[in-house]
Amino acid sequence: MTTASTESLFTPATESLFRRRRTTDRVMTIIMLSAAVLAVTPLVLIVFHVLTHGIGALSLSLLTEDPNPAGRPGGGVRNSIVGSAIMVGMATAIGAPIAIACGVFLSEYGQNRLGTVLRFLVDVLAGMPSITIGLFIYSLVVLPNKKFTAIAGAMALAVILIPVVARITEEMLLLVPRSLREAAFALGAPRWRTVMTVVLPTALPGIVTGLMLALSRIAGEAAPLLFTSLGNQFFSTDPFSAIDALPTRIYFYASGPFDYWHEQAWAMSLLLVGFILVVSLIVRALAGTKVTVRQ
Amino acid sequence: MATTTDAGQRPRRSALTGGRHLADRLFQGITGVAASIVLIIVAGLFVQLIWRSWPAMKANGFSFIWQTNWDPARGIFGAGAFLVGTALTAVSALILATMVAVLVALYLVEIAPAWVARPISYMVELLAAIPSVVYGLWGIYVLGGFVKDVIGPVLTNTLGTFIPFFGGTPRVTGLLSAILVLTIMIIPTVMAVSRDVIAAVPGSQREAILALGATRWEAIRIAVLPYARSGVLGGAILGLARAVGETLAVTLVIGNRVSIPDTIFAPTYTMASVIANQFQEAEGATHRAALMEVALLLLVLTFVINVIARILVWRVTNGQRAVVIE
Repeated sequence: MTTASTESLFTPATESLFRRRRTTDRVMTIIMLSAAVLAVTPLVLIVFHVLTHGIGALSLSLLTEDPNPAGRPGGGVRNSIVGSAIMVGMATAIGAPIAIACGVFLSEYGQNRLGTVLRFLVDVLAGMPSITIGLFIYSLVVLPNKKFTAIAGAMALAVILIPVVARITEEMLLLVPRSLREAAFALGAPRWRTVMTVVLPTALPGIVTGLMLALSRIAGEAAPLLFTSLGNQFFSTDPFSAIDALPTRIYFYASGPFDYWHEQAWAMSLLLVGFILVVSLIVRALAGTKVTVRQ
Repeated sequence: MATTTDAGQRPRRSALTGGRHLADRLFQGITGVAASIVLIIVAGLFVQLIWRSWPAMKANGFSFIWQTNWDPARGIFGAGAFLVGTALTAVSALILATMVAVLVALYLVEIAPAWVARPISYMVELLAAIPSVVYGLWGIYVLGGFVKDVIGPVLTNTLGTFIPFFGGTPRVTGLLSAILVLTIMIIPTVMAVSRDVIAAVPGSQREAILALGATRWEAIRIAVLPYARSGVLGGAILGLARAVGETLAVTLVIGNRVSIPDTIFAPTYTMASVIANQFQEAEGATHRAALMEVALLLLVLTFVINVIARILVWRVTNGQRAVVIE
């Protein structure tokens, strides 16, 4: 019916032009939609494969036993789980105070040229390949001490955590309404007091959110650990000796020759991805605002 | 903005109470030290890598960059093959990822209703949260098989019949697997930046062209894309930096052989993967120093790429990035 009315208004040439433009519009819409579907597919596939491959090898002994000697199926990865927890914990203890203080500096004293330069450096550091950060700590800590240590691994992870948390802290502090600061200033509070008792507590949920996201990111990092904490067949909680971690063990097992290693690598990936997805969902549910960390 | 009011207030306050002034300066000093740690780390990264690779730089000279022989046993070190491997994987991944990511970003901003856009946006960003090793594991045991059995034969039977580079025997690990894994890994980076710069295009631009009778796609093509172009480019380059520095996922799927790939399925190395693969078993100081030099090269490369990307993105979004609050 539309054709009948348009035919009476336009020449056939114009009419075909209209049709072509409309078709192009439809085709491009479909292409954009398929791109969206295509982009989401890998996530679905990876989660699906990690689930299906990993669930079979997931068992209590995987969590409570240490690795068997190479080639003997069975055993677990307790050492890797504990090692990861220790290093991520230490990295947070080292990195978070520095990162938050750095964020405070950027938001409180950084609205000038110095702040712009520092902000830029923070962004640049966030973009450095994690393997070069591993070599940096190797050169700075491991070589002088002639020893691979958990603390060196934690330092490498802290270097990755600092720029992420610093930037989030800064953004969160800048979001605190000015009226709150002004109220504190009006009561005669000095700047440090205003920041510590009014601004930081207000921004705390956002900062914690950022910290959790950064935590889930460093929990999955293996490249910076290869040359710092090295990895360890045996159970260890000693910060001054080599220690295992989940991502490095996944890497080791994935490139190894045994089938049961591959199965356990999938199971460890399931633990790791599960942890990361859960943290990410919690963060999303908790945060009133939507916060995302980007490379 | 807070600083301007405070700058005016500070002299008066300090005149009233000197003690407070001291505490404030202490506070500024402590946070300033924390901030300068970042500066020290960035400088330290370069200093340490230059220092450790100095013996190799002296021994290998500038030809290290284009020399393609890498034979630790005979003490011959050239990073040329790794540079080619890095460039091939990263640039191909970038092209593929950008095509997909920009279309997704356009769909999310221009077409999809909020209830569709939000979950898709979130899911694509979750891709960035999956650890590199998990991509590697998935790359070997799932994607690699798909490359060998499906994508490979299709490529060799079509493009491969007249372009030798697309011929050869499809393999599980090799250049193509690495490119595909990297593509998936950098889609979230490029998508997120593109989405933000596309959303930053003023609504009046679209309304003007739509009022002239343009279709939605014409509005995108004529009003939105030209406006967002340099920001999208910045996002793409940010993705490139990520692809260049990506290590373990690539190490697991690229096949690890020192050679410039002759076909798209051939095993090769990137700079990051040769370090990950050889550093622990490096024989002797010269090999290790040469790997340090590769790391330095990688560091400088990602630094330059990052700086370019940040400037491009900054110019478009006026500094509002890294954290998005909706």
